[in-house]
Parts: sequence; C-alpha cells; structure tokens
Amino acid sequence: MGKVRLLVGTQKGAFVFTSDNRKDWKIDGPHFAGWEIYHAKGSPADPDWIYLSQSTGWFGQQVQRSTDGGKTWETVGNEFPYEGDPGTHKWYDGSPHPWEFKRVWHLEPSLDNPEVVYAGVEDAALFKSEDGGKSWYELPGLRNHGSGNDWQPGAGGMCLHTILMDPQNHDRMWVAISAAGVFRTEDGGKTWKPVNKGLHSDFMPEPEAEVGHCVHRIDAHPTRPDTLYMQKHYDIMRSDDGGDTWYEVSGNLPSDFGFPIAVHAHEPETIYVIPIESDSLHYVAEGRLRVYRSRTGGNEWEALTNGLPQEHCYVNVLRDAMAVDQLDPCGLYFGTTGGQVYASADSGDSWQAIASNLPKVLSVEVQTLD
Amino acid sequence: MIRVRLPYQLTKLAKTSDEVELDVEPPVTLRRILDALEKEYPPLRGTTRDYLTGRRRAMVRFFACGQDLSDVDMDTPLPQDVAEGREPLRIVGAIAGG
Repeated sequence: MGKVRLLVGTQKGAFVFTSDNRKDWKIDGPHFAGWEIYHAKGSPADPDWIYLSQSTGWFGQQVQRSTDGGKTWETVGNEFPYEGDPGTHKWYDGSPHPWEFKRVWHLEPSLDNPEVVYAGVEDAALFKSEDGGKSWYELPGLRNHGSGNDWQPGAGGMCLHTILMDPQNHDRMWVAISAAGVFRTEDGGKTWKPVNKGLHSDFMPEPEAEVGHCVHRIDAHPTRPDTLYMQKHYDIMRSDDGGDTWYEVSGNLPSDFGFPIAVHAHEPETIYVIPIESDSLHYVAEGRLRVYRSRTGGNEWEALTNGLPQEHCYVNVLRDAMAVDQLDPCGLYFGTTGGQVYASADSGDSWQAIASNLPKVLSVEVQTLD
Repeated sequence: MIRVRLPYQLTKLAKTSDEVELDVEPPVTLRRILDALEKEYPPLRGTTRDYLTGRRRAMVRFFACGQDLSDVDMDTPLPQDVAEGREPLRIVGAIAGG
C-alpha cells in the first residue's frame, strides 16, 4: 500500500492521478486545457506545493503554483529576463542567433524550502525563484561561463531540461542542456563548468569536444550523488566522479538512443531506459514498447515487457516522462507520445496502462505521499 | 466602458467570461486597453504582447469594426465605436497549424 500522486503534463493540459494502492487510479483533469504542460513537479519539502509550466505558441509562458496538492492553482510570475545583454548562440547552421526566451522546460523545487524553485528554460538558461514562483532571476554564471556562444539547439530547441541537486551538498548541482552538455556548480549556481569528458558525439566537428553534446537526460541516486547516469542522444553513459569523467554502459541494448533515464529508489545500481529506434525514427525500437533495466549500473540490460505492447507500437517516451516513486517495491511510471501512461508497482516486472487516450504526454512526475 | 472579447485560452487563464469590460481613459488605444486588461487581470500579462518589448505576440491578432488592427501603432486612437463601447475589441489567437 501507499499513496502516490502522478503529475502528468500533456500537449493539451495537465492531469493529476492519485492512488492509494497503485492499482486503482483516480484521474483529475485536464487542468489548463489546451495549453502545453511541459512539466509539473512537487516540492520534496512540502508535497502540497506543486509548480507547473504552462505555455502555448500563441500566448507564451505561464507558471502555475498549487499549495493544496493540485486542487487549486494560482498564476505566478511568468517573466524570465536574461541578465544583461544575452548576445547570441549558434543557430542550426552555425550562424549567430539572438538569445530569446521561449518556454520553461523543467521546474525543480529545492530540497528543503517549498518557496525556492529552479526553472530550466529555452533558450538555455537557469532561473531561480525564492518567493514561490512570483519572481524569477537568472543565475547567469551558467550562460556566461565561457562556452554559451557556442551552444546550439537540438531538434527540440536549445533547452535546459534537467536540474539535478546533490542532497548531501546543497551547493552542488548539475544541469543538462541540449545541445551543449552537462554543467556543474559547486557554489550554489554562481559559477559553472562543463563536465563532459568521455562523451563522444559523431555529429560534432570535434566528437569529443568539451561542449556541444546532445545530452537527453541525467539522473542519480540520492545516496550516491557522485554516480551519474546519462541518456545521451546516442549512448548510455555513467560517471563515478560527479561528472568529471564518463564512460559508456550501453551494453546489450537494442538501441542506445532514447530520452529518459531513471534510477531505482532503493537500489543505486538499478537503472531504467526506454530504447528508441533512432534519431530519425522517434519511436520505440523494433515496434515494441520495452523498458530496459540494468541491475549492474549499466552494460547488462534486461527487457521488461509484461503488460506493455509488443507489436505495432510506434510511440516515443520523452525525456521528462519517466519517474520513480519511493515506495517498496519501487514504482515506475512513464507516459508516451501516444497518450498512454503506464505504471509498475514492482520495480518494472509488470506494467499496467493507467490511461490510454490522453494527449501526447510531455512529462510525468510522481509524489510519494505516505 | 470598453468591451474586449478574449479567446478561450485567455478566458480560462483570467477566470472570466469571453467578454470583459474595462475602464479606459481617452484617447482609447491598443496600449491603453492592454494596460487596463493586464491591470484588471494580472495573469494575462505577457500573453498578448511581450512583457519586455511590448510588441504584439506573433500569433495574436486584434480586430474591431471589421478591421484588422493587429499592425496599428499601439498609440493610435481606435475607432470611435470601440472607444464608446458599441463594438468590442477582439483579441484572437491566429489560426495556425493543420
């Protein structure tokens, strides 16, 4: 038993799923119908506090905040001004392109204060709010650390999509940007350095350059913050020194292309990915929806298929659309571009479709409530 | 009172009906209407125009009295029928996509 709440962002609104047993689900929504919900995430310090990114190409960016577990929402600050003249980054063809705010991809509430929250945005930059999302200021040391003018958008845009905090050292955090790479701060976001040694990207003029890699997602277990796992454009990578060096652990996967990567709640060496055929075929490998689990921190992978479609399946799973709960056994959740949300209450051994006809799922987060 | 028709998405955001009434001092211009709209409904700030540059968002259009006012200077007085509340200013999300 154990109560969980899923926050599901879709292309046409947000849905809140709740369950007392991880079998029977109540679905509430759509909230903000018609808007793209890139991400919603609850505060680890107070699960009633939830932040949500709402945007459209027509009417721009909004940020919503709930302080009652998603029952009611308040529109908070939507201004994300870059510090100073942001200058230019590289466009797809390598030409200089003005830095312009487009949307918030990811909201990461701080570990200890529900009023403190970080936002990863497109064009890539990191913002912080200390007043519950009412106002935002940039942490410009990231964009200005030296390589910013050389960053280039991936196919989805030049987005800062992952914010990972070290629970043992609150001054240390990592962010990941497509297509720039991983950056680490040791001083609470004032200064940053790229940590991409060991990454190899064939599409780059210098495949092992310090910056320019299309990192899709990174994750870590809270008890082992020096061990990071990465789903890169291609390649599953691992670091055991906080990102200073990386090595490949793709092993026997049917494809090492994909978007999300997640770490088991209680087993730091158990990780999950969802192989996608390729960067030109953004659907699951071989038409089969398989979650792959490694219990050895990579290299040796097993397919988890029980309850997942194993033929004629051509969906994708986006980078923010997989999450793990804190219960025992660990629960996993992911949403697809076909509008399905799958849940497993047994560490991935079996799966249940808990929604089948939602709009395209952009993000899935889970809160463990008791 | 000035009448403003809002698109569906903005009515939901502002938690209001599809037509709102605003008190706007003459001369009635797009800038003054949008200033009054954002003051009355703060969640709408930044939805019709960029909050930094003040420029109309690319996929938002303004219409009134059968005219497309989207590219009218923000400080140009609007038609008298709008200024006197006989006709609404219509804020429209441009039709785009498939």
